[in-house]
Amino acid sequence: MFIFSVPVSRLALCLPVLFAPLAQADGIPMPRTTLPKYTQECAACHMAYPPGLLPGASWQRIMKGLDKHYGTDAALDAASVQQISTWLQTNAATYKRVREEPPNDRITQATWFARKHREVAPEVWKRASIKSAANCMACHSGAEKGDYNDDNVRIPK
Amino acid sequence: MKHVQLSAALVWLVAAGSPLAVQAADTSAAAQLAQWQTQAGAPASVERGKVFFAARHGGDLSCASCHGAPPTAPAKHASTGKSIDTLAPAFNPARFTDTAKVNKWFTRNCKDVLARECSAIEKADVLAYLASLKP
Repeated sequence: MFIFSVPVSRLALCLPVLFAPLAQADGIPMPRTTLPKYTQECAACHMAYPPGLLPGASWQRIMKGLDKHYGTDAALDAASVQQISTWLQTNAATYKRVREEPPNDRITQATWFARKHREVAPEVWKRASIKSAANCMACHSGAEKGDYNDDNVRIPK
Repeated sequence: MKHVQLSAALVWLVAAGSPLAVQAADTSAAAQLAQWQTQAGAPASVERGKVFFAARHGGDLSCASCHGAPPTAPAKHASTGKSIDTLAPAFNPARFTDTAKVNKWFTRNCKDVLARECSAIEKADVLAYLASLKP
C-alpha cells in the first residue's frame, strides 16, 4: 500500500531514471532509415544485425574482407561495399559497453554478449531450432527491429 | 567472355542508377542456359546437373545444403537458418531474371561449395536441371 502514498509527481520523476538504462541495454534499435541495400545484400543470408551492435572499426574490417566472411564468400561489387560501409559507420556503436572491438569482430564474442547470455547453457545454442549464438531471431523475435528486451525472449525447444 | 562481363556491368550500372530499373528483368533461366551452353561449346545435361547439385565436391556443402533437394520449395541457409526463396524458376518466377544477381551468387556459392568458380558447362548443367523441375 505504501507505493500508493508516493506523490504522482515523484513517481514521474523516478520513471525515466528507472527505465532509461534498461532501454539502452536491451534495445539497440535499427537506425530510423535502414539502407535498402543493407537488407538486400546482407540479410539475404543472415538477419540484418543492428549496426549499433559493433563499433565502427569492426564494421570496417568486416566490409574489407567480404570474400572471407566468417567461412563464406560474400564478395560484393565495390559500389555496394562503399554504400553499405558508409551507412554502417554512420550508425555504428558508440554506447560505452558496445564500443569495444570484440575478438574476430564477432558480436557473439563481445564481453557484454557473454554476460547477457550467461544463463544460457552451451547445449541450448546447438539446438536445431537455434543453430548458433549468431541467430538472434531464434529467441529474440524482434531482433531485426532492435528489440532484445528480456520480457520478449522465447527460447525454442 | 569479356563482352558478357561488360554488358553485365552496364546493366548493373543502369539498374543502380534508377530505382525503377532495379526490378526490370534483363535475363531469364532459358537465356542463362543458352548463354552458358554457348560459352561451354557443348550441350547441357539435366542428369549431370542433378548430380552436380547434390554433390559435396570434397567439402561440407552442396548446392542442396542451402537450396534443398529438389529445390522446389523455400529452404534454409545451412549455417544461419535464414529462409531462402525457392530456386527452381518454375516455382519462383523471380529467379534468374537479374544478370548481376545471377553472376554474384554463382561466384560466391561456387567458391563456398567447390572452393573455385564454376565452369560454363557446370553452370549450364545446373540451369538445365533447374529448368527441368516442373510443378
